[in-house]
Amino acid sequence: MSQKVLLSANEAVAWAACKAGCTVASAYPGTPSTEILENVAKFKETINCEWAVNEKVAMEVAIGASIAGARALTAMKHVGLNVAMDPLMTYTYVGANGGLVIVAADDPGMHSSQNEQDSRVLVKFARAALFEPSDSQETFDMVIAAFELSEKYQVPAFIHLTTRTSHTSTVVEVGDDFGPGKVERKPYVKDIRRYIPVPMFARPHRLKAQERTEALRAFACETAFNRIEAGDRRFGIITAGVTYQYVKEVFPEFSVLKLGFANPFPSELVKTFAAGVDRVLVIEELDPVMEEQVRALGIQVVEHTAELNMLEMNPARLMALRKELLGDVEVPAVRRADAGLPTRPPVLCAGCSHRGVFYTLAKLGATVTGDIGCYTLGAFPPLNAMDTTICMGACIGNAFGMEKAGMKGRLCAVLGDSTFFHSGMTGILNVLYNGGTITTIVLDNRITGMTGHQENPGSGKTLCGEPAPVTDIAEVAKAIGFKRVVKVDAYDLAALERVLKEELDADEPSVVIAGGPCRLAAKLMNAGTYEVAAEKCKACGACFKLGCPAIERGEAVADGKRFKSHIDPVQCSGCDLCRQTCKFDAIKKIR
Amino acid sequence: MKTMNVSLVGVGGQGILLTSDILAKTAALAGLDVKKSEIHGMAQRGGSVISQVRFGEKVFSPIIPDGTSDLLVSFERLETLRWRHLLAPDGKVLINDMNMTPVTVSSGQQPAVADLEARLKAEYPGALYIDAMALAATVGNTRAMNMVVAGALSTLTPFEAEVWEQAIRERVPGKLLDMNIQAFEAGRKAVL
Repeated sequence: MSQKVLLSANEAVAWAACKAGCTVASAYPGTPSTEILENVAKFKETINCEWAVNEKVAMEVAIGASIAGARALTAMKHVGLNVAMDPLMTYTYVGANGGLVIVAADDPGMHSSQNEQDSRVLVKFARAALFEPSDSQETFDMVIAAFELSEKYQVPAFIHLTTRTSHTSTVVEVGDDFGPGKVERKPYVKDIRRYIPVPMFARPHRLKAQERTEALRAFACETAFNRIEAGDRRFGIITAGVTYQYVKEVFPEFSVLKLGFANPFPSELVKTFAAGVDRVLVIEELDPVMEEQVRALGIQVVEHTAELNMLEMNPARLMALRKELLGDVEVPAVRRADAGLPTRPPVLCAGCSHRGVFYTLAKLGATVTGDIGCYTLGAFPPLNAMDTTICMGACIGNAFGMEKAGMKGRLCAVLGDSTFFHSGMTGILNVLYNGGTITTIVLDNRITGMTGHQENPGSGKTLCGEPAPVTDIAEVAKAIGFKRVVKVDAYDLAALERVLKEELDADEPSVVIAGGPCRLAAKLMNAGTYEVAAEKCKACGACFKLGCPAIERGEAVADGKRFKSHIDPVQCSGCDLCRQTCKFDAIKKIR
Repeated sequence: MKTMNVSLVGVGGQGILLTSDILAKTAALAGLDVKKSEIHGMAQRGGSVISQVRFGEKVFSPIIPDGTSDLLVSFERLETLRWRHLLAPDGKVLINDMNMTPVTVSSGQQPAVADLEARLKAEYPGALYIDAMALAATVGNTRAMNMVVAGALSTLTPFEAEVWEQAIRERVPGKLLDMNIQAFEAGRKAVL
């Protein structure tokens, strides 16, 4: 009997990679894709897997393994794919040797991202193959098929997930013989005409890529992953990915063309489907990638007023569409009870080692370019200590650009250790080389925090928990040539103020490493408890400026204009920062 | 059976994701099709969290449309109000009788809900309340609070206690298992 397990699509990718005989996997964490490699690591006996320092390197490692003839996997969030595009755009011409499967996990609705991108656009741009699973079972089946297809057609094969599929668990039949697949590594044959795409060799590659696209288009018209589910012919709905599930929920009676393999686009199949229905309706999440291709075939598409090409798709949006097209449903009237409810935004943890740096930067009136991590929360009240956030590693170039543009005052860039390893090292090299004077502050908590505590080159461990060399960020900065490199304890406010003032005001470029462990990862959330002596508290509000979730408003004074502070003993993790802000010695450690 | 929609809401760190995992596993063990979908925000803890579980003969959408949750399981009182729009007109509500003050209130940026009690009564007249924290303390670990909620929740689902307990055994590590089962039973007894 086939084994049934409940798996998220992220887990299903890992299980399928194991079964397909994948032997190399490399990725950089990023929500919603992070759990893919964490689960691949459970199959580390047969899959040599790693956290790469960034997505470009992860892609390069996977490509190297593919060139060597192995089945290789890489996975990333949509913005990670931007970083990884450069090696991909050449390898797609060179063509895969061992199967290369790339998982791109988009985040429609931006649950945990700085922007919303439709990776299908980049898959088309890369002339790669695109599988569109709508649940975990399909993810499992398609990953296995993708490895085979990648080898057969020498094409990089994408699995397109979204936050919804990545983080939804569904029942998966993994087969009665589940276990690591044994696939012989394909031979590697030195062949510079193939692997060295100088222009004279690249031009034939370009022609081959075109032939490959047409061969894959023929495959797309035959594969069982693309199927017509015949029904009421008044509408024929073309859909893909998780959106298929919403279509089945809201338009259950109509004919559907479900595309599980959507690039290259199965033109002939689409024409056949369109010929058999009265009107064609394309329903897809984010960009109108399929709709534009359907229109380009000269097929008329149903027009409607629903704006479906941005933010996350959901059944309610399709119910509104159905109401417009058929008028036979009512979108359930819902009662909101949230008028006047206080919001519950994410906050830096009680005792977070980032807090003291932002508190100090606010005090110094610095202009702060920020980056991607938990520390982006330093932008919000009451810390208000960040001006910009663009993408991984951007803070350094951004601050330097501000300096070059003539901005005066205290300019600095702030990023975490993992982000520094990802793409901060080249940034500081550029500052030094080109005569900048900005200060780069690395919040060094020795873990990749926001995505859920993944190891990195500073943490001393690999993805699989093996010991690894620890890279010292101060030594990196010195080796690059920085004369001003200062390490400071992130929990010592006096030292932070002295060091940051000095470095921000210096006429030379500098790197400050503010060290302190991630308290969650280091299991320090119960490391101690502090208390406010109410009789000593003058309600000056200094400790409130830390924005610590454990520090609450206590007794009102001065007709309710000011408040004494109170520390929630359950939330307090004993970091000591609030004690250091108190001029009246009202806060003391009790445990 | 008709597809059943369960929304579990609360605050990061309360163990909501484990509870929804076990509900989904229970439904799968009972031979049903099931989908469990969760959204975790950008920080590790302290934010609002939601997980949705749907089970039945065949489940399509992982998202529960607003206004169609048969069950709203709330781990925190204020969050029960925040997710009011999920509930079906005839839906049932299970409330963990616990307050967690949002940082926006404790820091004085936003006012607290002064009439929370009254609003909960008005919005959810037939709600089932459980003091899961106190019950978890009786089995020796307040961290098993989520299993107490699972026990109470189990009485509102079509699954036998044995199936729930099997799901817990498959999901919870060995040394914590007995305590979690006890917490589950305490929650179950408290509402039966």
